Amino acid sequence: MKRRKFIKQGAASTALLGLSGISLNSCLGETKKHITVLHTNDVHSHIDPFPKSHSEFPNLGGLARRATLVDTIRRENPNTLLFDAGDIFQGTPYFNFYGGELEFKLMSKLKYDAATIGNHDFDNGIEGLLAQMPNAEFDLLSANYDFSNTVMDGHVKPYKTYTVDGIKVGVYGLGIGLAGLVDKKMYKETVYLDPYEIAIDFERRLKEDENCHLVICLSHIGYDYKINDRPNDLALAAKTRYTDLIIGGHTHTFLDKPTIVKNRMDREILVNQVGCFGLNLGRIDFYFDSNTSRTAEGVSIMV
Amino acid sequence: MSLKIEHFVIFLTISCFLSCRDVTSLAKIQGRQIGIEASIKASDSIENFVSPYRKRIDAVLDSALAYAPSTISKTDGKYNTTAGNLLADIVLSEAEPIFRSRTGEDIDFVLLNHGSIRSIISKGKVTARNAYEVMPFENSIVIAALSGKSVQNLVLYLRDYGVPHPISGLQVVLTKENEIQSIRIQGKPLNEKDTYNVATSDYLLNGGDDMVFFKDATQVTNIDYKIRNAIIDYFSKVDTITPDIDDRFYRME
Repeated sequence: MKRRKFIKQGAASTALLGLSGISLNSCLGETKKHITVLHTNDVHSHIDPFPKSHSEFPNLGGLARRATLVDTIRRENPNTLLFDAGDIFQGTPYFNFYGGELEFKLMSKLKYDAATIGNHDFDNGIEGLLAQMPNAEFDLLSANYDFSNTVMDGHVKPYKTYTVDGIKVGVYGLGIGLAGLVDKKMYKETVYLDPYEIAIDFERRLKEDENCHLVICLSHIGYDYKINDRPNDLALAAKTRYTDLIIGGHTHTFLDKPTIVKNRMDREILVNQVGCFGLNLGRIDFYFDSNTSRTAEGVSIMV
Repeated sequence: MSLKIEHFVIFLTISCFLSCRDVTSLAKIQGRQIGIEASIKASDSIENFVSPYRKRIDAVLDSALAYAPSTISKTDGKYNTTAGNLLADIVLSEAEPIFRSRTGEDIDFVLLNHGSIRSIISKGKVTARNAYEVMPFENSIVIAALSGKSVQNLVLYLRDYGVPHPISGLQVVLTKENEIQSIRIQGKPLNEKDTYNVATSDYLLNGGDDMVFFKDATQVTNIDYKIRNAIIDYFSKVDTITPDIDDRFYRME
């Protein structure tokens, strides 16, 4: 009797051991994780490269080249996200002829995960933006535009979370003040809310309620302004607590490298923008490990 | 029962000991920018997808409409420029007949903004593509009725803004000291008591580029005519395009 009991017990324990063996095998080889975030901004309908004769950007840019690059990076690291920080529309006849259809279709083909909305994305009116939504297989994110009294109601989310290789990434969008920049008859009853307050609210939700490991802001408020104190990405970065990366747009700012800014918790975070017209692709790689005792200063930033 | 608990304890101990901890602690960030250069091979599937869209645009845009003997630019003058003068003159000549047929009145002068001119027109063949490059925006021509007093504010704005905003039908002369020497509209001195029909873009009418004086318009007529279409219509009518820098806005020396 005792012997039978022992055998039964042993078999059961072995079975359980086997189970834990599976988890053992699956994690021993993977004590580090790697998420790649790619981004563009202010592409302004620049689908073709600039002509070879162009004085500023000869034979640079081009969406079909960007597609190859993104594809190569995704093959290196399948745990890749791709975002755009707005002003997808306006700047070449592709927009004038097709109203943004081609821009959205191509971004879908490149498997963009999300974009925020720039002021020029209202250039065919809010109805013009709505008309292109069936061509977008990616999300439009804006936390500080209230579309409830417009035709875009229900088509824009304030934020979205992505779980990539077990890492939860929260992304929220911010748009620029529209009054004076865009004709009211274009944006209609879209309500612009203070981007700083909204950012602080949504980054907290993403960190505390959604338990995100990484928080990213897609911003079209602009990198900085010399003449006045309009809301901008550098000031935003200094006000936030949980945002890890601000992907910016609007000011067509070319940076030599991503800017490191100290946030409200004295932690260093990144603000990046890659100029305009699809001339560059931004790439930010995040590496994770299991060292939970690391302080904010312990995170190494290489730019 | 006790047997089950025993199993569970063994299982827990083993799994606690062996299973990995959460790999969710941010350790390192690396940021860089990759230029989209000619050395990156274009994706064939994207190229093939874009091709029919591009062909249709090229067919429409690249047929020659006119000829420019020299390059037309918005930066070749301090107070007025070849590109600004061309654009403002086009708006006056192309919008006038439409406005007249709708209202029985004439356009007195045109004011556009320097920032909306987005490209030069290179010397040589002029095509509809040039019109798209110069004016990519979908702005329409509107005519605002402004009092003589508002026109004075408009002229002060032109003097102080520091960029050569395109005008046509309006002449502004500044003294050496940057005071206003004279304001003429269609060749006649400004009369404070008159009302003037000012053609502009819907963007500026609604306060774009801080043109707040348009708020005082007593009447606004939208002729549903895009500025770019006016440019294309003009290019189609003329053979050569030769705008000059002239005396419509200058400062005495």
